[in-house]
Amino acid sequence: MADAPALPPTARTKPVESSRNWPLMDRLMLACCWVAGVSACVIAFAIVAYMAYRGLEFLRPALFIERPNADLDQSKSGGFLDPLLGTLILTVMGTALAIPVAVATAVWVTEYGRPFWLARAVESGVEIIAGTPSIVLAIFGLIVFQEQLLGFLSFEAEGGSVFGRSFFTAAAMMSLIALPLIVGSTREGLQSIPGHVREASYALGKTKAATIRRVLLPSLRAPIATGTALGMGRIAGDTAIVVILLGGTLQLQGYGDVPGLDVLRGTGSTLTSYVYLNSPAGEGSAPEKAYAAAVVLLAIAIALNFLVDWIVRRDPTKAVTAAARR
Amino acid sequence: MATTAPAPAPVAPAVPRRARRSGTAQDRRTELVLALVAATVLALCAGMLVFVFVKAWPSFEANGLSWFGDGNVDQQIGDIFKSPADPADYVYTIGALPLIVGTFLTTAAAVVLGLVFSLFTAIFIVEFAPAWLNRILEPVVRLLAAVPSVVYGLIGILVLVPFVAENLISTERKESVAFVVQLTGASWSVAAVILAVMIVPIMIAIIVDALRAVPKSWTEGAAALGVNRWRVMWTISVRTARPAIIAAVILATARALGEAIMLAMVAGSVGFIPNPFDGLTFFFEPVRPLAAAVVENAEGLSVIPFGQTIYAFAFILLVSSMVLSLGGWLAKRPMRKYGIQS
Repeated sequence: MADAPALPPTARTKPVESSRNWPLMDRLMLACCWVAGVSACVIAFAIVAYMAYRGLEFLRPALFIERPNADLDQSKSGGFLDPLLGTLILTVMGTALAIPVAVATAVWVTEYGRPFWLARAVESGVEIIAGTPSIVLAIFGLIVFQEQLLGFLSFEAEGGSVFGRSFFTAAAMMSLIALPLIVGSTREGLQSIPGHVREASYALGKTKAATIRRVLLPSLRAPIATGTALGMGRIAGDTAIVVILLGGTLQLQGYGDVPGLDVLRGTGSTLTSYVYLNSPAGEGSAPEKAYAAAVVLLAIAIALNFLVDWIVRRDPTKAVTAAARR
Repeated sequence: MATTAPAPAPVAPAVPRRARRSGTAQDRRTELVLALVAATVLALCAGMLVFVFVKAWPSFEANGLSWFGDGNVDQQIGDIFKSPADPADYVYTIGALPLIVGTFLTTAAAVVLGLVFSLFTAIFIVEFAPAWLNRILEPVVRLLAAVPSVVYGLIGILVLVPFVAENLISTERKESVAFVVQLTGASWSVAAVILAVMIVPIMIAIIVDALRAVPKSWTEGAAALGVNRWRVMWTISVRTARPAIIAAVILATARALGEAIMLAMVAGSVGFIPNPFDGLTFFFEPVRPLAAAVVENAEGLSVIPFGQTIYAFAFILLVSSMVLSLGGWLAKRPMRKYGIQS
């Protein structure tokens, strides 16, 4: 027994267990499993292949550098430079806002979590935010940012009422989409750091705060990056917040005099809203443009997916695999 | 940090009492700041509930319980949008039952479809799939989760809806209900199928995690008694993972409930209650779920009574998703004893 060559675990049951002798019902169920598994692959490949086929058919390099404008004639309605920039701005701003809050929350919950009830409440709060539909977040954002007090984040319409729609406000709500993902993966990372690492740090006389900053946070780079990449994917793919909180102008429309800041206070569009508006459901029905933009969007989503894979594979602790799978 | 220089001296010679209070002022300050940030998350949740409710209240107040009653929603939404500018004459009348039924129908169908599919797929991944297929399946599941909802919607509206309209709905069928509703192919069943594909990844992930966490000794014990692999999975693993499956269903329901863009594109956007007694036609009838109604009416939110009505839709969604999230969180707790943190 001991000196027999160790068989790989999969080989163990294979020769013995043939489904031929199973009852019919069990074999039927096994067949269902195969059908489900294979059809999941088929659906995914069909989506990617179809989008690639239709998208690349209509995708021209010029689309990336032309600004969009509303025109019924498809040869004149331009490309999607502005939506592309909008996606970029929103993704970066959203995650930049989310990371500090998320990391602080995760660190507090796992490392301190002192009034126990508060820690549990915060945990379920994060869970609630994760479960809140983005459309509701968008409505909440609109209500909050239309307050007079927060008018500097967007701009005031003629009547003196605050418009409430800008890159700032959209990014603030987008950060809530990314928040639970970053909290989740950071917490997972923290939990995977063995306790003796912390104890070694305390033994060297470091305070708890110093331990967190100098010992724990550096080893959390991979989990935080994973959560961020996942969050970026979610932000880039979200449409509801963009439709409601970004004002629905095709081009980036700045507001104010400060260069750079004016864009962020202004309105615009992203790839997702561009696809939505150009689909038959939106106003400008231009399926070619929608397909072309959608394939770019899909490529971004897949690229971020690979990024997650890459981070997880490079992470020596493999702490974040579970978080990444979700 | 710069103001009070952090004392590098260790707290080693300190009295036990001081050591229990864990260290320097900087240390306590860090804890306080982190706790405050964490508490803002809670404040956000509470704020969300309060803000949306306050804004939505006039619509509920004006309608009372008939808010949840039946009504010609599309007409009513139009009337509210056109209501006079004088606050005394605001029109609020709405019976949102068709929207609620639309949400319920698409969500329930998608979750049922998705549960069957993802349960089989999860069992397949954990137990039956050959290694090479598993290497494909794992990225595939993640890919399905990563595809933006607008892309799903685009495929739905440009591929599936025309396909259904041309091949599955006969002209007679269209004519048979033409005086009630138009069958364009955009229907709740098409929406539910796409929605199922969208929520399957989250369910598969949760169920796979749970099935993998079932103690090996339990399944091996069953196998040693001569139970075949399917029966082991079905009677031991799936049964053990039941809390996770419930959690998966709840969380997937929350996800399906809030899907707006895809439903706005595919579900037909007609405030109509599909009639199950229509036979097959039932499956081709359009609906207008709550979330889709919100997104489609995003343009007119500055009209006060109109905005308040839409906020009321959002409030219903918010409350149901909050209840579901907490339910999912609670449902997953029994799994903790097997050491699952999903």
